[in-house]
Amino acid sequence: MRIIATILAAAATVAVATTAHAFCGFYVAKADTSIFNKASQVVLVRDENRTVITMANDFNGDVKDFAVVIPVPTKIEREQINVGDRAIVEHLDAYTAPRLVEYHDPDPCMRYERRNHIFDMAVPRSAPSLELDEDALSQGVVIEASYTVGEYDILILSATESSGLIRWLNDNDYRIPTGAKSVIDGYLKQDMRFFVAKVNLAEQSKLGFQYLRPLQVAYESNKFMLPIRLGTLNAKGKQELYVYALTRSGRVETTNYRTVNLPSNIEVPEFVENEFADFYRSMFDKQVAAENERAVFLEYAWDMGWCDPCAADPLSAQELRKLGVFWVGDAGNIGNRIAPAPAQNVFVTRLHVRYDNQHFPEDLMFQETGDRQNFQGRYVIRHSWKGEASCDISEYRAELGKRQEREAQQLASLTGWDIENIRKKIPFTDPVTPEKESWWKRLWG
Amino acid sequence: METLKRQFTRLRDPRYYQIVVLGLLLGYGIVILDFGIRWQNMVVIVFTALGMQYAGTLIARLPRFDPLSPLISSLSLTLLLRTDEPMLAAAAASIAIAGKFLLRFRGKHIFNPANLALVSLMFISDHAWVSSGQWGNAAFGAFALACLGFLVLTRAKRAETTVFFILFYAALIFGRALWLSDPLSIPLHQLQNGALLIFSFFMISDPKTTPNTALGRTLFAGLVASVAFTIQYIYYQPNGPILALIISAPFVPLIDALLLGQNYRWDQPAGRNVSSIKGAF
Repeated sequence: MRIIATILAAAATVAVATTAHAFCGFYVAKADTSIFNKASQVVLVRDENRTVITMANDFNGDVKDFAVVIPVPTKIEREQINVGDRAIVEHLDAYTAPRLVEYHDPDPCMRYERRNHIFDMAVPRSAPSLELDEDALSQGVVIEASYTVGEYDILILSATESSGLIRWLNDNDYRIPTGAKSVIDGYLKQDMRFFVAKVNLAEQSKLGFQYLRPLQVAYESNKFMLPIRLGTLNAKGKQELYVYALTRSGRVETTNYRTVNLPSNIEVPEFVENEFADFYRSMFDKQVAAENERAVFLEYAWDMGWCDPCAADPLSAQELRKLGVFWVGDAGNIGNRIAPAPAQNVFVTRLHVRYDNQHFPEDLMFQETGDRQNFQGRYVIRHSWKGEASCDISEYRAELGKRQEREAQQLASLTGWDIENIRKKIPFTDPVTPEKESWWKRLWG
Repeated sequence: METLKRQFTRLRDPRYYQIVVLGLLLGYGIVILDFGIRWQNMVVIVFTALGMQYAGTLIARLPRFDPLSPLISSLSLTLLLRTDEPMLAAAAASIAIAGKFLLRFRGKHIFNPANLALVSLMFISDHAWVSSGQWGNAAFGAFALACLGFLVLTRAKRAETTVFFILFYAALIFGRALWLSDPLSIPLHQLQNGALLIFSFFMISDPKTTPNTALGRTLFAGLVASVAFTIQYIYYQPNGPILALIISAPFVPLIDALLLGQNYRWDQPAGRNVSSIKGAF
């Protein structure tokens, strides 16, 4: 009896697993996560005036040195603060990441079923997300609230004028960069408070976490925005920021900067499989330059109930609630929802911006549109047929040669890589013969 | 000779130049800036607008069918309205033209057709929106030149609204920046918004829905600028100017009544002492 049960269970597992494979493919490899240095990740949940912001944190130094200063639009009560789960942010990152997809050409002499493999371009992780340092401070600082939440000591500060606030912050080891005075002046005049956090070492050792978990704040405000100005002040060079917006109606875009779609659904040569990170970096560099370094890039916009191809499983209702999506039902409260596992009525927008003070002088202001059209960063590799030819495949090889040349040209224009170098890496079936190239192209390179 | 003269008189209609510039902007937006304007929406809007105008012409028994104004409204709507449902695009065009015929006071329609359509749709459906950030900054120089050319060449004689709106709005924005100790790059960036420029040069400038006197237009520009600033920077809602125009439009008849002036005619932009109120639509 026991044996039968075990066999049935095993069979059931295999059956489920096979279904899962057929449904959205499986991963061959995940690209390295440290693709960019210093990338911040922020999850912004927004419905009407209600906002939940989750700031993922990759601080690598001594936790004693960790200090964060964030402008918030309203006074924050204890219940509005939470310490989140880093794994969920990583899951969201994997789910929305630009993906490399693989197809295999069938045997030109016969028909086979296609298998899709999917690589994952998981997001650049690293550095302290909102590393905000601030200048010298003086009196006039009001500590509106003081909480210990998880491993963090949190203060909500307001002030009558900025120099007092700055001096106080510096005296308490929240290092404020020079030049912050006018920025802080502006925020104070708009009645914004400052949410400052440090690590409480005793609490941290009690809780036993090795890394710093994301901070979450829930509030109500007319402003649908992300304050980036403080972060640009002492940054040397540009900073990467990923914003995951979770909304009810549709895609989110910036209203004071251009939001541009990343080039997508493009066929690339086979060797990109081993160089996906470089490819993505070069392509993104070129896109940023093409937009005069002033654009925000859309990398993913999708209903969170499904995906195709899936770079990760859709997030469950429970995970979404942990991220702050307050309108999603609990597991025991599905109602007329269709499927229990993936959550409904949540739309995710992944925005990637490379910013600095000069090109992004204003804080990012967003609006939610009703656009539910799906978009994803998707790059396609078509593996050629490399098996035995049981019939005459010269036509296939001719087509293949043309396709390889086309892919090479596309790759060159997308990344700015030298076309000759690209061609060297492609095993051309029908190599570009010198006569096809203009003779002057080889003269000066 | 007489026909030639009449043809030249017809060409004085500033709407020809406006259509060309709007068309170029649309081309630029689609081809270079890659807006995601759907050609289906554009077709639906143009045909619906022209159809509604024709129907309105018959019902109201107007002397002739005028395709220019509905064409301008269509182009403005195509430029500014974003929607994934062609039915909503058709609804927008219908509201624009119908409003022109139905919402009138003393011989003038109250609301700018494209403006009315945009605001109505933003409130009716989630599936229609305006992307005010889509123009970026690259278009700024060329666009500004084209718009200035528009003012000079056609002598629309209604430049006060545009000029004073921009002046008042800029003053409010720069004033706010000074108060907040913001660097000047911020208000400059806020002013370089393409949607704001389109609004200033092609929507608020509509001579048919702005006051008849120069002083009236200046006051009106100030009103719209103040309301737009309040919406955008005190209530932090996007699309301040578009909402401000709808809110301010009902004040135009009031200003007209107080200050008295002649209604605008497209074929006589310089204005003559003609007492006809029922001009071309």
